[in-house]
Amino acid sequence: MPRPALFVAATGALAVALLPLVYLLIRTGEAGLGRIADEVLTRRVAELAGRSIALMVVVTVACTVVGVAAAFLVTRTDLPMRGAFGVLAALPLAVPTYVAGFAWIATVDGFEGFWAAALVLTLCSYPYVYLPVAAALAAADPAQEEVARSLGRGPWRTLTTVTLQQARPAIAGGALLVALYTLSDFGAVSILRTDTFTRAIFTAFNLGFDRTGALVLSTVLVLLTMVLLGLELVSRTRGARYAGGGPRRPATRFHLGRLRIPAVSALVAVGLFALGVPAASLVRWSIAGASRPGTLAEIGAAAGNTLSVSLGGALLTLLLALPVGLLTARAPGPIATLVDRLSYLAHALPGIVIGLSLVFFGIAVAYPLYQTVWLLALGYATLFLPLAVAAVTGAAVQAPPVLDEVARSLGRSPFVVLTSVTLPLMVRGIGAGAALVFLTCVKELPATLLLRPTGMDTLATELWTHTSTASYAAAAPYAALLVGVAAIPTWLLGRRTGLT
Amino acid sequence: MLDAQGLRKSYGPVLALDAVDLTVEKGDLTAVLGPSGCGKTTLLRCVAGFERVDAGTVTLDGRAVAAAGTHVPPHRRHVTVVPQEGALFPHFSVRDNVGYGLDRSARRGGRVDEVLALVGLDGYADRMPHQLSGGQQQRVAVARALAPRPPLVLLDEPFSALDATLRTDLRRDIRAALRADGATAILVTHDQGEALSMADHIAVMRAGRIVQHGQSNQVYEDPADPWIAEFVGEAMLLPATIANATTVDTALGRLPLRGAAGAAGRVRVLLRPEQLSPTDGDLAEVTRHEYHGHDTLLGLRLADGTPLLARVMGQRTPPVGASIGLDVLGAVRAYGDA
Ligand SMILES: Nc1ncnc2c1ncn2[C@@H]1O[C@H](COP(=O)(O)OP(=O)(O)O)[C@@H](O)[C@H]1O
Ligand SMILES: [Mg+2]
Repeated sequence: MPRPALFVAATGALAVALLPLVYLLIRTGEAGLGRIADEVLTRRVAELAGRSIALMVVVTVACTVVGVAAAFLVTRTDLPMRGAFGVLAALPLAVPTYVAGFAWIATVDGFEGFWAAALVLTLCSYPYVYLPVAAALAAADPAQEEVARSLGRGPWRTLTTVTLQQARPAIAGGALLVALYTLSDFGAVSILRTDTFTRAIFTAFNLGFDRTGALVLSTVLVLLTMVLLGLELVSRTRGARYAGGGPRRPATRFHLGRLRIPAVSALVAVGLFALGVPAASLVRWSIAGASRPGTLAEIGAAAGNTLSVSLGGALLTLLLALPVGLLTARAPGPIATLVDRLSYLAHALPGIVIGLSLVFFGIAVAYPLYQTVWLLALGYATLFLPLAVAAVTGAAVQAPPVLDEVARSLGRSPFVVLTSVTLPLMVRGIGAGAALVFLTCVKELPATLLLRPTGMDTLATELWTHTSTASYAAAAPYAALLVGVAAIPTWLLGRRTGLT
Repeated sequence: MLDAQGLRKSYGPVLALDAVDLTVEKGDLTAVLGPSGCGKTTLLRCVAGFERVDAGTVTLDGRAVAAAGTHVPPHRRHVTVVPQEGALFPHFSVRDNVGYGLDRSARRGGRVDEVLALVGLDGYADRMPHQLSGGQQQRVAVARALAPRPPLVLLDEPFSALDATLRTDLRRDIRAALRADGATAILVTHDQGEALSMADHIAVMRAGRIVQHGQSNQVYEDPADPWIAEFVGEAMLLPATIANATTVDTALGRLPLRGAAGAAGRVRVLLRPEQLSPTDGDLAEVTRHEYHGHDTLLGLRLADGTPLLARVMGQRTPPVGASIGLDVLGAVRAYGDA
């Protein structure tokens, strides 16, 4: 695509993604400065901010450690059953935080508070680091490591000065996703009774008495996100693009030796905590829950709805992400960076804020969309745009610009070049992005609660309805099916890390 | 065919092209020869339309494709390119790569097989790019560029990633293929051997400018300045004094001048190693040998210490330490002090 067209398309996509933010700013602005100051400069906001930031830091650090270690073990060592561990390590992504939260509460007495939330969030989110880092390590050029070794660096020095540097953009990108997710998570913190921004916003909205307060809190959250985005940008400046056509040889593997058993045990323990605990609880409840009459038809309908809205959401998200990702990959520069960064802003907004702002948008601006699944798909697109943008940007590496130029010189118009060369080469990477977005849509709860057409239930909303009335047994079949549906794209993502 | 006038292009503070003029006649193979970073790739990208020029005009076959306010996009210029790494479409077979720029009737009309035969790859049409060696990939890239019979083909250092023996064969075959197809082409290279052996004309480029443009032998024998003399081939620049309108005095005696004397008084004259032929005498001492198989380059030192090089063919190689005389073949060109 010529740059002007690409630029226009990217800006359009961004405008759609930023709708909720505009709503937020307008409403916050209406409140007036005095009111904003009253809301923000309180002891409670300071406490919430402190706790949210602390949770974010703890979870991000823990996820980075677990994710990088797991990625290194499965891609660069002689770990036994690497292929199986490679997929296993990705699977916790299929477990929504509210499902994991319930499972732990039901298994461990008195499991609540800050550290409980941190544990659950880490177990559910570390694959955001693991997946990109494993892919980066599997694709990194082994020649660089060999050069480092030949220059007298030992294996550990090589690991820290070369290997991890090669994966640095992937680590930073994954850590950013974890940090943003933690800031906006609603499921785990509300079930484990940890007061963070998101929970406070939800409570304020839900009780209906303090919408302005909630909006102001959301704005603070957006500001926090901006700081994070800036930090990630700084850490990214030395990252390499266009890494080449992949490795010609596989990298030499690190011999674990006596570390073999501890390494295997650590991976098994993570698997048990992240997958075993929820699985055990779900099985226990499901046996009781599935026996109720009439349940199967309801479950079937909810599963069908989940599939269709998630597919619609994933498609719309990819459509919007394509121009933004291509712009970042093909015309790097200050404008592309700004567009890319802006696409992240809505990602950190709690789903509840996205939901409410789109309800407002539907009623006031786009009434034909209101009460249709398309408004819900739009909500998903707004929330998950950065996931798809990252996938498109990564996939663009497979289609270096010189191929476009050759195709243009052979007399093909930009559109034909896009459809015959660029997109076919990117299709695998884009497919991975689609799988990730689909999976995230399946798990999404708060925006789904607000934006679904009346009477339409998905697995997530049914699960929420039943758990909030504490009928765990009735909720369990939905939870089991939800995890099952989410596990399919996760499985595909895990297999893509390049080890099998 | 191609007429570029006053092309200027800068990337931020870097002036990559600084008033480049270049004309290429129909059916000609012109080499743009210059050191790395002098702007060769930028020139090709401006001609192909991948970059917008800051100033100047590009005219193709009488049609202005780049001028003030005009920028014809690449796909409407009918100029094809062969990039350094070939850049085959990895998801297409050889046949689909070569047929990419053809319309359906031309594809069915056997043009693909025709150009593949031209580059010596008949029978490879159904392979995928990763099943080809580097040299074969380059051949396919050339076939792909030739297939639509473009008025102009641009080759950007297409052989530089290949090893020496492969390169020699490929150069010969590609040149023959371009000839057989009657193509007009610009070959960019930093390798003077490649430029001399392949091109009809050479345009020497330095720091964003074309500093000399002429027939290949003319550029070698009559370089416009000492820098070009040293860049295009092995060169010795010997101090000399103008004797009269047609001769100079040097440490090797009085030599005939090629062309006008230019400056008067002290000058430097250009000698190529193959102009020196050993004879009996004691003008110079042999200091070293550089053996090339078909010939040997002798390192020499004159009595006053001036180092010289002489290229001798076959067996007549005087040993190191021997004293020899020297005959100078042909005329020399003089340069005023630069
Ligand atoms: N996209 C670009 N951005 C900035 N500078 C560039 C870019 N492309 C080329 N240059 C600079 O322009 C000059 C000419 O480059 P190039 O045309 O690639 O030279 P050559 O092909 O002769 O080696 C060099 O100094 C190079 O660093
Ligand atoms: Mg170049």
